[in-house]
Amino acid sequence: MRYIPNSPEERQEMLRGLGLGSAEELFDSIPPDVVLKRALDTPAALSESELLERFEAMAAKNAAARRPNFLGAGAYTHYAPTIIDSLIQRSEFFTAYTPYQPEISQGTLQAIFEFQTLVCQMTGMDVANASMYDGSTAMAEAVLMAERVTRRQRVLVSPAVHPEYMRVSETYVAHAGIELGRLGFDEESGRTALDPAALDKTVAAVVVQSPNFFGCVEDVKSFADAVHAAGALLVVVVTEAASFGLLRSPGACGADIVVAEGQSFGVPVSFGGPYVGLFATREKYARQIPGRLAGIAYDKEGRRGFVLTLATREQHIRREKATSNICTNEGLIALAATIYMTTMGRRGLQEVAAQCAQKAAYARRQLAALEGFSLPYSAPVFNEFVVRAPSDAAGLLRKLATEHDVTGGLALSRYFPERPNDILVCVTETNKRADIDALVAGLRQT
Amino acid sequence: MTITKAATHVTQNEALVFERSQTGRRGYRLPALDVEETALDELLPAELRREDDLEGVPELSEPDVVRHFTRISTWNYNIDLGLYPLGSCTMKYNSRLNERVARIPGFAALHPLAPEEDAQGALEVMYELQRHLAEITGLPGVSLQPAAGAHGELTGVMMIRAALDARDGTSSDEAQRRKVMLIPDSAHGTNPASAHLSGFTVKTIRSTPEGLTDLDNLRELCASGDVAGLMLTNPNTCGIFERNIKEICAVVHEAGGLVYMDGANMNALVGVARPGDMGVDVIHLNLHKTFSTPHGGGGPGSGPCCCTAELEPFLPVPRVTSGGETGDTRFALEYDRPQSVGRVKAFYGNFGMHLRALAYILTHGNEGLREATEAAVLNARFIAAGLADTFDSPFDSPPMHECLFTDKRQSRKGVHTLDIAKRLIDYGFHPMTIYFPLIVSGAMLIEPTESVGRAELQQFVDAMKEIAREAVEDADTVLNAPHTTRIGRLDEAAAARKPVLRWRPAERAAGA
Repeated sequence: MRYIPNSPEERQEMLRGLGLGSAEELFDSIPPDVVLKRALDTPAALSESELLERFEAMAAKNAAARRPNFLGAGAYTHYAPTIIDSLIQRSEFFTAYTPYQPEISQGTLQAIFEFQTLVCQMTGMDVANASMYDGSTAMAEAVLMAERVTRRQRVLVSPAVHPEYMRVSETYVAHAGIELGRLGFDEESGRTALDPAALDKTVAAVVVQSPNFFGCVEDVKSFADAVHAAGALLVVVVTEAASFGLLRSPGACGADIVVAEGQSFGVPVSFGGPYVGLFATREKYARQIPGRLAGIAYDKEGRRGFVLTLATREQHIRREKATSNICTNEGLIALAATIYMTTMGRRGLQEVAAQCAQKAAYARRQLAALEGFSLPYSAPVFNEFVVRAPSDAAGLLRKLATEHDVTGGLALSRYFPERPNDILVCVTETNKRADIDALVAGLRQT
Repeated sequence: MTITKAATHVTQNEALVFERSQTGRRGYRLPALDVEETALDELLPAELRREDDLEGVPELSEPDVVRHFTRISTWNYNIDLGLYPLGSCTMKYNSRLNERVARIPGFAALHPLAPEEDAQGALEVMYELQRHLAEITGLPGVSLQPAAGAHGELTGVMMIRAALDARDGTSSDEAQRRKVMLIPDSAHGTNPASAHLSGFTVKTIRSTPEGLTDLDNLRELCASGDVAGLMLTNPNTCGIFERNIKEICAVVHEAGGLVYMDGANMNALVGVARPGDMGVDVIHLNLHKTFSTPHGGGGPGSGPCCCTAELEPFLPVPRVTSGGETGDTRFALEYDRPQSVGRVKAFYGNFGMHLRALAYILTHGNEGLREATEAAVLNARFIAAGLADTFDSPFDSPPMHECLFTDKRQSRKGVHTLDIAKRLIDYGFHPMTIYFPLIVSGAMLIEPTESVGRAELQQFVDAMKEIAREAVEDADTVLNAPHTTRIGRLDEAAAARKPVLRWRPAERAAGA
């Protein structure tokens, strides 16, 4: 096996040196009745070229990867500058592990510190962690943290939060003694409806997503006062991180915890992962935050460096009393996001957001003008919106794919069977005008 | 064989990226907007738009960015540089071929909500990986959804919760539920944290003087009648195979509990022994350990769960299934699993890691998988034998893929595990895992993996012996190590007392 440096002959010599006659004897401490006495029934080894052929052949069956697409709903196709992938493939980044030894991990630690700062800047918050698995698990961790902070056990979630995020939170709280309730939804505006009467002293947190799952930008600020008056925390979820370049930050709107999916920041959609969860909060809750944190430290000579800090919150010390069971972060993906935010920079993040909004507005106008199509919601949108078709959305999109080679968006019936005709359309800076026109023309003909 | 120490070499100082920023610099260019522009106020009312103009976010040219990240990268130790013997972390070679596979556009550009019939290749990858992991573990039910080891562990114990409730009829009867999760005192901290999150009460099992799970203690604890299960690492965190594993599982099963195995140490077993044959009910694997997906400075990981046929109904949804050969959809996502614990993550898991792990399995072939296991255990044995005369070994049992020593002899001279670890850096090695497992005072857990040749193993042994000699003759050198790094030991206690967790503009003047 070419990844194993010691040749079979060298290994024989090493075995002899240890006084062993064969490799089998290495496993003498395993009782014979649990030793596997046959070869594994997995395929024989492939050469490099054979392996690439196998994977290329499987990749070719993913027809959707080759088409212009208007899919969003938690995963977004954005342009990623070339240098991201080249830098994250440096051995020093991708073959290092968790920075247990800060003297020889300063690159990783400084990058985490920069990531934490950028996440604070994007979200408008004071403190951010080194990242979570993804947006959905970050939301679940926010729900658990709200319970720790408030010692209350009821969390009210907007029905316009990503349905898969909601499912994940349900799983996480199943045995945590937390009850998840639902807020209302205004079918006219497409926004969350908050009845202040529902906010009693049992509520730990209110969770809203903005832009919400249907693309509508929530009036987050309008929730903050009522939530805080009840002594609860306001948790804001963002699935489309590109929106930070244009929309008022959740921090500026009064959020106490902000969680986001960071995939839009230079990370390929890659059939759903790996992505990176952003998690930020107020200074006063820093010691309740889950996951890793990097902070500044100095050596004896007074030189500035970075270390993992506030570890007394974490499982390797606190065991069952830890703030979370999370052990690592999404290091390399957080690095990719850091390089993205740095390369695009202040102006690039704004320009990407503006182009997304402009192109979405163009597409929305064109689609709304199609005969039989309508826009069900009146609230302002960022780069996603719902369009209501005159017939079954899934069938329409299937025809669009096969006849016009466009993936036209998401049939909302996937999550909401009661919305058979609704399509969630997402437009980013990567969608050319010609693609949008092809989408509109295709829908006109189907 | 001569001992080579690391030498200091050119390392540029580099400020924070915020401190490098200069107003007006650009590192990007987008195509011009190709649609009619709408007035901003028409798009979004002013009160919904940002007011801060993203103040403080860096403005840099492309070479600035490349130089910044390249410079800070050089401050990292990494696998490609040399032996990285972190115990229980399996820091093996990360193949470039697997990176190439993960970047094939047909995978990387595939949206997770693409219709199933247009994503058959991706589902095939997942289905095939599931099959191979089932064969490797001897456990037929597989979900690739968990995003990391701790996440897989959480999934596994939640499945135990659900399975017991279904069996005992306690799904909605909190009071009647079995509550006790047994965890050895040598376990990783994630085990009790995951058990707690799943609603279990943790009871600790003692280890024997041999470093094994104490069967008598296990029997006593099981006699209480409230046992839900056992979380066990095998080989355990002392690097020793639990030779009573079948009996351990039988005792737990007889008491009505289920057995979860932490698969952190599967690199000792692939192709040699299977958890399913030992009596284990559910296990998580770490694709970033055993199957070489890159550690990436701390993630992304991937922590698939494998379980018995009896536990399969409780795996997370959706499942990737093969539905025969009809039409253009052979592989499908199945959501209708009423007994499932639910979702643990949006979409289907860290698919990019699934690709790399499958590439690892296919590149090795079945024979290569076993060969890697043999080579990994042999390398650990080589180090164990090399250090046996110099360092104290807490247990006599032969180690599997990692070996455990302590600072017992050196600490008499005031040199502790931390000092030995820091001094190793001067010899050009990343230190081993230290102070874990917690049951062994001054623990040093060394896992070389199969990805290192014997000359380098010998250098490591020589370096450790040299440090032991220094501990006697020149303790100060060891106590003040490392001497070759760009910064010395950092004051972590001070950092935790007054945490500075982000850069702020005011620090620009005060910064380094």
